[in-house]
This record gives sequence, C-alpha cells and structure tokens, in this order.
Amino acid sequence: MTSASTAPSPKLKGPPRTSYWQHLKHVVSENPVTGLAFGLFGLFIGMALFGPYLVPYDPLNTGVGPALQPPSAAHWFGTDQLGRDVFSRVVVATRLDLLISVSAVAISFVLGSIMGSFAGYFGGWTDRITGRLVDTIMAFPLFVLAMGIVAAAGNTVENIVYATAIINLPFYARMARAEVSIRRNAGFVQAARLSGNSELRVLFGHIFPNTLPPMMVQISLNMGWAILNAAGLSFIGLGVQPPAPEWGIMVAEGANFIISGEWWLVIFPGMALMLAVFTFNLIGDGLRDLVDPQRRT
Amino acid sequence: MSPIWLKARRVALRLLEALPTVFGILVVCFLLTRALPGDPAAYFAGPMADEASIEEVRRNLGLDQPLPVQFLTYLKDLAQGDLGMAVSTGQPVVSELANRLPASLELTLGALLLSFVIAVPLGVLAATRPNTWVDHICRFLVTAGVSLPTFFTGLALMYVFYYLLDWAPPPMGRLDMMYLPPESVTGFLTIDAIIAGEWEVLRAALAQLALPLITLALFTLAPIARMTRAAMLQTLGSDFVRTARAAGLSSRRVLVTYAFRNALLPVVTTLGMVFSFVLGANVLVEKVFAWPGIGSFAVEALVVSDYAAVQGFVLSMALLFVALNLLIDVIYTMIDPRVGGEG
Repeated sequence: MTSASTAPSPKLKGPPRTSYWQHLKHVVSENPVTGLAFGLFGLFIGMALFGPYLVPYDPLNTGVGPALQPPSAAHWFGTDQLGRDVFSRVVVATRLDLLISVSAVAISFVLGSIMGSFAGYFGGWTDRITGRLVDTIMAFPLFVLAMGIVAAAGNTVENIVYATAIINLPFYARMARAEVSIRRNAGFVQAARLSGNSELRVLFGHIFPNTLPPMMVQISLNMGWAILNAAGLSFIGLGVQPPAPEWGIMVAEGANFIISGEWWLVIFPGMALMLAVFTFNLIGDGLRDLVDPQRRT
Repeated sequence: MSPIWLKARRVALRLLEALPTVFGILVVCFLLTRALPGDPAAYFAGPMADEASIEEVRRNLGLDQPLPVQFLTYLKDLAQGDLGMAVSTGQPVVSELANRLPASLELTLGALLLSFVIAVPLGVLAATRPNTWVDHICRFLVTAGVSLPTFFTGLALMYVFYYLLDWAPPPMGRLDMMYLPPESVTGFLTIDAIIAGEWEVLRAALAQLALPLITLALFTLAPIARMTRAAMLQTLGSDFVRTARAAGLSSRRVLVTYAFRNALLPVVTTLGMVFSFVLGANVLVEKVFAWPGIGSFAVEALVVSDYAAVQGFVLSMALLFVALNLLIDVIYTMIDPRVGGEG
C-alpha cells in the first residue's frame, strides 16, 4: 500500500505479534517433532547451498576408492560400482533435488493461485475454464500424466520441472479458489472496494494475502510430494541423466546391486530422499497446527 | 419412487457425468501425441528418410490436416482399438496392453484390498482409543507412510526378505520358471490357480506377489488410515452418536451401525486420490520387481522412445482411473444411508 491518505492500516504491531510468538512456542513445545523438523530443514538447506564445497570427494570423480566398498571411515557411505564416493554424491544431490521440486512448486503456486483467485473472485467463465482444466488434470493418475508429459515434451530436467508443476497445479488452484471465494464479500473487502480500489487491487492486495497462511501449509506438504515425484521420474530414467548425482537415479543405479547384497548404494540415497520428504511433511503438519488448530488430525 | 429406483437413477446420472471427463482425457492424450519433440512425421518416417518420403508419411498419417480433423481421425482409430504399433516389440499397442493389464490389475487391486483391510480397522482403533499406543502407531505409520518412496521401500524389502532372510523368491516376474501358469480364465494368476485347483502354483504365485503387494500397500495404507481416523473421530463426537449412547444402545451397535457406517462415506470419497497415487506408484513397483504389467511396459518403451506405446499406456491408465472412480461412486450411492431412505 503506497497511498497514505487511506484509513490507518489495521496492522496492530504490539499484542497480536507477541501472542503469535507465544502460540508458536506453545505449538513447538507441545510437539517437539516440529522443532526437529525445522532443524532437519535447516540441514537440508545447508546441504543444498554449501554441499558441493564441503564434501570430501568430487561426486563425479570415478576411482576415488576401490569399487563397491561397504561404508568405512574413509568412505562413510561406501563406494559405488565406479569407485565414486556415495556420501559425496548423496550430499551434492541435495541441490538438484531441491532445485527441481522448489521450482516446480513455485511455478504451480504462482500459476495455480492466479487461476484460482480469478475463478473464486470473478466466477463466471473464468471459474468454468479453470474448473474444467483442473478437472481434466485430475482425471489422470498424476504420476502417469507426468510420465506422459515428459515423454512427449522431451526427456530433460526442465520438462521434469514443468510436468511436476502441471500435476501440482490443481491443488493450488482449488485451494486459492475456495479461500478467495469465502472472502469475496467480507467486510474488509467491501471497505476496500468502497475506498476506490480497482478489482484487481482488491483481489491481490487485500484478499490474496489472507489466503497465504493455508497456502503455506499446502506448499510445505506439496514439497514433499514434488520431491517424491521428481525422484520417481528420474528413477524410471526420465529427466536427470547419469552421471549427475540425484537421489532417484542413484537408487535406480544401486537397484542392480541390491540382490547381490550391496545395500549401501540404495539405502543411503533412499534414506536422504525419505528424510527430506518426511521433513517437509512434518513442517506442513506443524504449520497447520499453527495456522489452523481445528484441522489437526 | 422406490428407493432402488432412486439409486439406479443416481448411478445412471453419475455415469453420464463421466462423459466430459473422458472427453478431456482424449483431448489431452491427443495433444500429447502431437507434441512429440520435433516433427512427428520425420520421427515416423525414420532417420534415413528424405524430404519426399517425410511428406508422404505426413500425408499418410493425416498430419497435413487441421488439428480438429486430426482429432476426429484419432477418435476413429481409437474406436477401432487402434493405438499404433509398439516399436520395441512389433506388436499392436492394444494387444500388448491387454496382455499385460491383468498382471497390473492383480497387483493394484490386491494392494488396495490389503491396505483397506489393515488401514480401516487401524483407523477405527486409533479413533476409539485416542492417545494410546494404537493411536501413536497409527499416527507414525501415517506420516512415515506418505514419506516413503515406493521404489525405495520395494528395494529395502527385497534386500531384507530376499538377500538377508531368503524368504522371498527371486524378484523376477509373476511366477517362478519351475511352474507352468494355470489355464487363463481371469488373467489373475492367483484366481486362475484356485479355479484350476493347482495349490502348488497358487503358493508360488502368492510368493512372487507378496513383496510388491506389501510395498504398494504400505504406500496406500497411510491416506486411508488417516482419513478413517479423522472421519471416525468426527462421527464419534457428533450429536447422533451421543444420542445413541444416551439412549442406552450397546457400544458395539453405536460404533458399527451409527459411527462406522457414516464415517465410511468420507473415506470412500478420498479413495479417488488413493487410486491416483496407487496407479502411479504401481509403475515404480513394477519396475523394481520386474513385474510384467503395463507399467514396466511403459518404462521399457520410454527408454527406447517408443511414443505410441507410452501414449497408449497413459490413455489406458487414465481410463482405468475413471472406471475405478465410477465404481467407487456407484458403491458410495449404494452404501449412502441418506440416498433412497425416507427422503
């Protein structure tokens, strides 16, 4: 808001904020797992940002040790069939995995909330078109649709991102539509309209920010799912190509060795993947407790 | 109108509602076939083709026509069951899919049944005993279950039960080479073996099925258990359950007739999402266990860029998904106590 002449902004800085922090503290102390999840989240972000500078070996360098060695002091997670250090590869892979899922979720959040906001605010044909589009996407088993899109559009990492974004779009569009349409005629919205704001400004300046808290929960829960999807796609050989370190493709490469007992090739990248998804799901649950205590299950 | 007639009308209406969905699926699948990287005509003409033969292929395939005309041709081919030829095997895609579908269905439906049988009682138990160990186990399973990548669980189970314990047979297909498959009636090896009365074959088929089935069931267990628990908690806290309790009905009757039957409705509605997950996860599990279903067919086709096969797979999975959802809606109409009751 740039116009200072309108009514004083109703943002009360004092009491609500402290009570918010108290609420946060209460939620975290009630459920220490949420605190743990935030710690893990920090760890993953750190690995994504600084991983390549911290790892002991070059993740692409073959023959840094003997091939197919079980975990040892020199190679914490063992070595793979080409003698690469699995620990370095798992850590470095964090960046690519998170990058794919963050960009996919960001795209579907932006597009989905714009579509859903228009549908919820204006109704009519915007609503019908959005609804039809969302229903059509949801008519497919989502992972299968992603496979089809990547197969048709070309086997590249960008297309993995687009495919994951498309299959996540319905969740954001539906949520934005629902959250906007319940506030469409709320008192503060009518006040904003009466003070001469344009429709678009009312929608994106006044209504949309109010939908953000439930959207954040959705984003967090969705991130885990996006990571799983992207890793699943690279597991079946789409998108990321070897020798790039990525969790899904590392599990796929290790799969050939599991029946001969070389478990570390699969277990460590798989555990990293699982832990990442688990972290985002826990954060999502924690955020939901914070935002909407009623829906707690 | 009699209740049965009302229900039949509802079911018929629901079937009609599926038509636009199917149309949407056909449009998307058609667009996917036309969105091939580069020029489809050049692709189908092969790498050695010159300008003239590419033009000829374009005309033969009808790719020089406007898109709506091409769409009609696509629909006509589909109506005749023509999905093109699978380059990798040289067979028509339709027959490849039809041959492999029973294997996928056996795995998917079996996993759904198994997870339903475990998850629903688990959710009910957790809801009736909040904050006890059952509840904690349920909550843990639910959060861990949705975080598990299916392909990773499959490999981990394979390592433990095949390599370490040697309980499971080698993860190669539906039946050990030592056994002859029973005469095909339903295409489901287990059911066919029962029909033929070949118990040894049944045991072998079940042994092969066990690990993929558990992998897939672990994945679908979580959403079903979560939904059951939440729905049960909600109905148990509702007024009509309190009234039933106050009226002195036995706790068994309150739980089963009043609470459970009503809690089942939201559970059944979320099954649509579970189907979407299970059909996707199915592809990964089939790849891990070399299960000869349509998922592993599609993965093999992807590797050699066999587009007709992949598109046929996407289309058939989508239609299967619609069919499963329809089935669920019909069941929903049947069990909904509000439909065709006194109203």
